[in-house]
Amino acid sequence: MDAKDILGLPKTPFSLTQEKKSRPQKDSQRKPDGISREVYALTGGLAPLMPSLDISQLKRPPPSDEKITWQWLPFTNSARKDNLQLYHWVRIVNGVPPTGDYSFAKYNKSVGIVKYTDEEYEKYLTDPMWTKEETDQLFDLCERFDLRFVVIADRFPSSRTVEELKNRYYSVSRDILVARAPSSGDVSGHPLVKDPYNFSQEIERKRALSMVLSQTKQQERKDAEVLAEAKKITESRMAARAAEESELPVTSNVGPENTEKANVPDETASPSSNAQLPSAIIAPPTLMADTAATMASLRMLRVYLRTYALEQMVQAASSTAGLRTIKRVEQTLQDLGVNLKPRVPTKAVCAEHLELRKEILTLLNLQKQLQYKEAEGSSYRENSYAETPSTPKRPHRVGDLDRTFIPDSISFGGNILGDNGHLVMASHSLPTCFLFSISISISISISISILWMSWPPSSVPINCLSNWDFRG
Amino acid sequence: MLHTSSARKLGGNQSDGVESAPMPQRIRIGRGFEDNEKKISTKRLKDVEICIPIVYGTISFWLGRKANESQSHKWTVYVRGATNEDLGVVIKRAVFQLHPSFNNPTRVIESPPFELSECGWGEFEIAITLYFHDDVCDRQLDLFHHLKLYAEDESGPQSTKKPVVVESYNEIVFPDPSEGFFARVQNHPAVIVPRLPASFNLPSPVVIENVNEWKRGDTKDHHLSQWFLNFSEADELLKLATARQQVRMTLSLSLFY
Repeated sequence: MDAKDILGLPKTPFSLTQEKKSRPQKDSQRKPDGISREVYALTGGLAPLMPSLDISQLKRPPPSDEKITWQWLPFTNSARKDNLQLYHWVRIVNGVPPTGDYSFAKYNKSVGIVKYTDEEYEKYLTDPMWTKEETDQLFDLCERFDLRFVVIADRFPSSRTVEELKNRYYSVSRDILVARAPSSGDVSGHPLVKDPYNFSQEIERKRALSMVLSQTKQQERKDAEVLAEAKKITESRMAARAAEESELPVTSNVGPENTEKANVPDETASPSSNAQLPSAIIAPPTLMADTAATMASLRMLRVYLRTYALEQMVQAASSTAGLRTIKRVEQTLQDLGVNLKPRVPTKAVCAEHLELRKEILTLLNLQKQLQYKEAEGSSYRENSYAETPSTPKRPHRVGDLDRTFIPDSISFGGNILGDNGHLVMASHSLPTCFLFSISISISISISISILWMSWPPSSVPINCLSNWDFRG
Repeated sequence: MLHTSSARKLGGNQSDGVESAPMPQRIRIGRGFEDNEKKISTKRLKDVEICIPIVYGTISFWLGRKANESQSHKWTVYVRGATNEDLGVVIKRAVFQLHPSFNNPTRVIESPPFELSECGWGEFEIAITLYFHDDVCDRQLDLFHHLKLYAEDESGPQSTKKPVVVESYNEIVFPDPSEGFFARVQNHPAVIVPRLPASFNLPSPVVIENVNEWKRGDTKDHHLSQWFLNFSEADELLKLATARQQVRMTLSLSLFY
């Protein structure tokens, strides 16, 4: 607060008025009925969907015509087998004690275990893995412990796994049921018959579950990554398949696309194996895929207008670009004196327009890349100035480029430094920064040359090529 | 009579195509189906596209002394071939949907030249729907055009001699046309058809009869043809080529600076 006084800033008048405004609103919203404000606040400020208590009842005084007394009376629990008599307080209304069983007796539920006779055992239930004794013991334990197999397995005299016990129990019950049923149709709906216990599957399931539970954090992350990649791959495959299906014959349309795609990777592979090319080079293959999909969708239409087709292609080409980039492209078009929508949209004009847009997009992307690299380069420079000149720090990314380009760069490196004012460094400039900046310009120039190679060579202006032969 | 065009705009909220805002032009591809499903030749030519360059627009004249409150301008809306050739070879009929304040706002023109003249006072958007012959396409095509009665520069007084002309060039593209259609139009001047290799055998063309034998379908000697605008792709191509050149120069210069 003192700082604000010193600076002469207002003491947040807006927030104050906001609080004042919002408080009366909040109070009117949150006014609870029948329960105190603090209690209401415990629920998180929101009323429950289904109020469990009738709020109006809470505040009501008890009806005055009833006379309530409390008495200490004995009771018996019908759930018990031993007729134990205990005492408790009983609410007496007008001298009449309540009738009925102990109120908690109804919760004494147990599982209905099938009980088999010895003959039934001989007839249906014999099993080589199990003796009759064991089966009897199992069933006894099941009854006692309400089919809680973990406890049963623990108590079982001979060591059997939970799955084995379950298997035996469920198969016995099933067989008994089927045997006792008058016809097989009657029991076919019974859950025991319908969904039999699958021993091997259960073992597998539990094993898999324990594996998942015991995964380390790294494993979990790796699994998530793999799943995400798989999802992406399947999605791209689906998209590709959809694009293929929408094209009537796949062959002729995809043929030229493939050859174009093949050209671009070949040329990128030859000049540098390790060089990191700016993403603008990777853009052309994805652009091809987009335009192919658009052309396929256009062919489905059976009739369309040229301007509509141009719009779709433009959208496809700038699908990777954000809104700001698109606006910049349009600004550039206007600066060049080109209409955003051609006045005479013939086939040739639309093709040229599309190519122009794509080239402007590439130009803007490369300019952005250059800006980024220069910013990074300058930050590296600042970092390395702090160190002593004898221990040059090599940034990892530069390493690859250095190995491939050192012989070439040295021959015209000096001239670049001499000519470009902004690349000249201080007298104690380190060799790494020198090579790093060289590598930036080399990589971008390689990309430009590749772009030129993909354009018709006749249109490359000759005077631009003179930039390549540096003096000296 | 007020000149302000804003006060005169009826209904149509469509922005002009000249604006710099990149709203996609409202050209919908209609999904209407013809009742007649007879196809003369159902085999389609793959990777061939037939292109019809058209110009559509409006010409409006101020009526001068004869103008009154409800009818100040006489205007004509039309769809013509870009080289003024007969479009009847491809288009069966054109339906112009006018502002509801007109009598029978749905006007159907069954034969070329596909045009409609009316008198009125307000500017609005006209929806033009083109229906093609059965062997051409069973889907309709929609175009939209904003009727302009008042000139851009409101400086001078209106003249009954000089109309306000707004035309748009566009091309109707039929990808994968049927063989019958191709055969019928391959030599027609209104249609741009790619050259097929000599090995193609096309069925003999079936001629679509012209309903009005005495009326000319082309607009070469149309009474308004003096006002038709010229659309030459050469200028546009030149501008685009120079622009591309400039972009490449900028690319190289900005990096080797």
